[in-house]
Amino acid sequence: MSADAGPGTGADAGTQRTGRQDARALARARRRTALRRAVRDLLRKPGGVAGLVILGFFVVLALLAPLLFPAETLEVTRTTQPKLASPYAGYPFGTDRYGISVLALVAWGARISLLVGISATVISMVLGTLVGIASGHFRNLLGAVLERLTDWFLVIPFLPLVIVLATVLGSSILNVVVVIGITSWPATARLVRAQTLSIEARPYVERSRALGAGEWHLMTRHVLPNVMPLVLANTTLTVAVAIASETTLSFLGLGDPFAVSWGKILDDAFGAGAITAGAWWYLVPPGVCVVLVVLAFTLLGRALEEVLDPRRRSA
Amino acid sequence: MGRYALRRAGTAAGTAVFVLVVNFFLFRLLPGDPIGLITRGRNMDADQIRALRAQLNKPIWQQFLDYASNPFSTGVDSVKYSRPVWGLIGERVGPTLLLVGTATVIATAVGLWIGIRAGWRPGQGFDRGSTAVTLLLYAMPEFWLGMLLLIAFGTGIGPLPALFPIGGISTPGVDTSTPAGWLDVGRHLVLPATTIVLGYVAEYSLIMRASLVDEVHADYVTTARAKGLKDAEVRRRHALRNAMLPTSSLVLLNIGFVVSGAITVETVFSWPGLGLLTYDALRGPDIPLLQALFLLFSLSVIAVNLVADLLYGVIDPRVRT
Repeated sequence: MSADAGPGTGADAGTQRTGRQDARALARARRRTALRRAVRDLLRKPGGVAGLVILGFFVVLALLAPLLFPAETLEVTRTTQPKLASPYAGYPFGTDRYGISVLALVAWGARISLLVGISATVISMVLGTLVGIASGHFRNLLGAVLERLTDWFLVIPFLPLVIVLATVLGSSILNVVVVIGITSWPATARLVRAQTLSIEARPYVERSRALGAGEWHLMTRHVLPNVMPLVLANTTLTVAVAIASETTLSFLGLGDPFAVSWGKILDDAFGAGAITAGAWWYLVPPGVCVVLVVLAFTLLGRALEEVLDPRRRSA
Repeated sequence: MGRYALRRAGTAAGTAVFVLVVNFFLFRLLPGDPIGLITRGRNMDADQIRALRAQLNKPIWQQFLDYASNPFSTGVDSVKYSRPVWGLIGERVGPTLLLVGTATVIATAVGLWIGIRAGWRPGQGFDRGSTAVTLLLYAMPEFWLGMLLLIAFGTGIGPLPALFPIGGISTPGVDTSTPAGWLDVGRHLVLPATTIVLGYVAEYSLIMRASLVDEVHADYVTTARAKGLKDAEVRRRHALRNAMLPTSSLVLLNIGFVVSGAITVETVFSWPGLGLLTYDALRGPDIPLLQALFLLFSLSVIAVNLVADLLYGVIDPRVRT
């Protein structure tokens, strides 16, 4: 606010500034303590810790995949191993339809699955938060239109919409990310909208408005910090959904045909007749990875929800 | 109730229009010659192609109005089957309803039972065990679970013989109108239905548990206990009545989604329903068929939602305001 340079002596303005700096420092310190307490509370929850440990494992696996299994081990033309072979020395998960180690495929799959899941969630969160805050804040035509749009998107069945979008856009990693991102935001938007409404009804927002705060200031300085914890908890839950969606899309053959994701491995296994061949080693590892990662994000999300939601935080 | 019903119907109609708009314009975004896309690889005489081109050369808003005035018209045949799409879809509705209906009934019964037992004594043995199992099931991709069941019970593993058929709805050659035929269909139904049931049991029991936990410590429950009512009576006649509201709404709302959710499961088990048809359509892609299926799935969800909303208005008068 430019009222700083208004009437008043230099000394006055000085004390005002230090006063505001104090307030900033105070707010920062308070945020730090809150963060520290949230982390401490989270580490006390067995579900949260289990989620973090599992995720840590898969992140390390994804990062180390190129070192553990050089890219050429995935090349169909370079392999000398038998096809669809059950586990043996050096190939603890056996080989796939081309004679490539399933273990190497699963390790590389972690990269694509995590990458797609997290990037799609970023899109979904940004969209959901923007639409949610805007539709809760603006009580005019814009707000009403955004609210309707959210409701409509919530009603359209998820899988058919994703299938249609993926068919129309074509298959590449970026398109899969976009498709999952733009279909999974409405739930977040609705949550954020409800929270926005409840925050804007509080007296301090009214006070701020009375002091002349603009729409932008209200939304970014008062509403956004208050919805962030909710968004954060929701983010981890959305990553779980996004990874599951990626797996389903790839299984249906709508993923990037050149990117090895867990869903793609399952699609290949299904297509190669792994079921009738009884090749359980081809099906079980990628599925177990999906289950573990989805479970980890779900556990972490539930723990975060309890830690960050003041109503559910036990004294 | 009248005004509430009217408002709900209005919302449903608005959503239906939105779906029509999406369904019309989304497929117009496809790159390439639209006639090539919808007639791919099929012989059509020049007159038909000319008529199609004349239709596509109209202004886009006029095309939309034509489409919206009768979205169910069988304008273009399915690419893959060379037959009118709605006839094709009609044949597939029965198997899907059979599969989804059976699965929903069982999933609801089992899910509620587990949720009630777990939620009534939160934190105790049964609750911990069932929550762990349901969270695990919830994290599983349905089609993967289906493939595991197939490999274990369909092809047999080790000493285990193949207990159930590997796919399809009946053994070829068996007349499904006789009692022996029904039994055959039932045997084919076991694995796909179990797959869907396991997925939804997880969801339903988690919701039922959560809503019952909210009620366990409510004042009116304490009052009921103080009156000296038996534990089972407090649960059944007091707590459950309130806890059932969110759960029943979820179960109703879910029915619409279960149909489209069966896409992957039907694919894995070659169950000849709408899901498998969708899979066939997107592998092509068979655009006319896909467009019709998307419309059907969306409209059925909207219709089920409307029914659920109206029923909910009857059960819980508070939402009618």
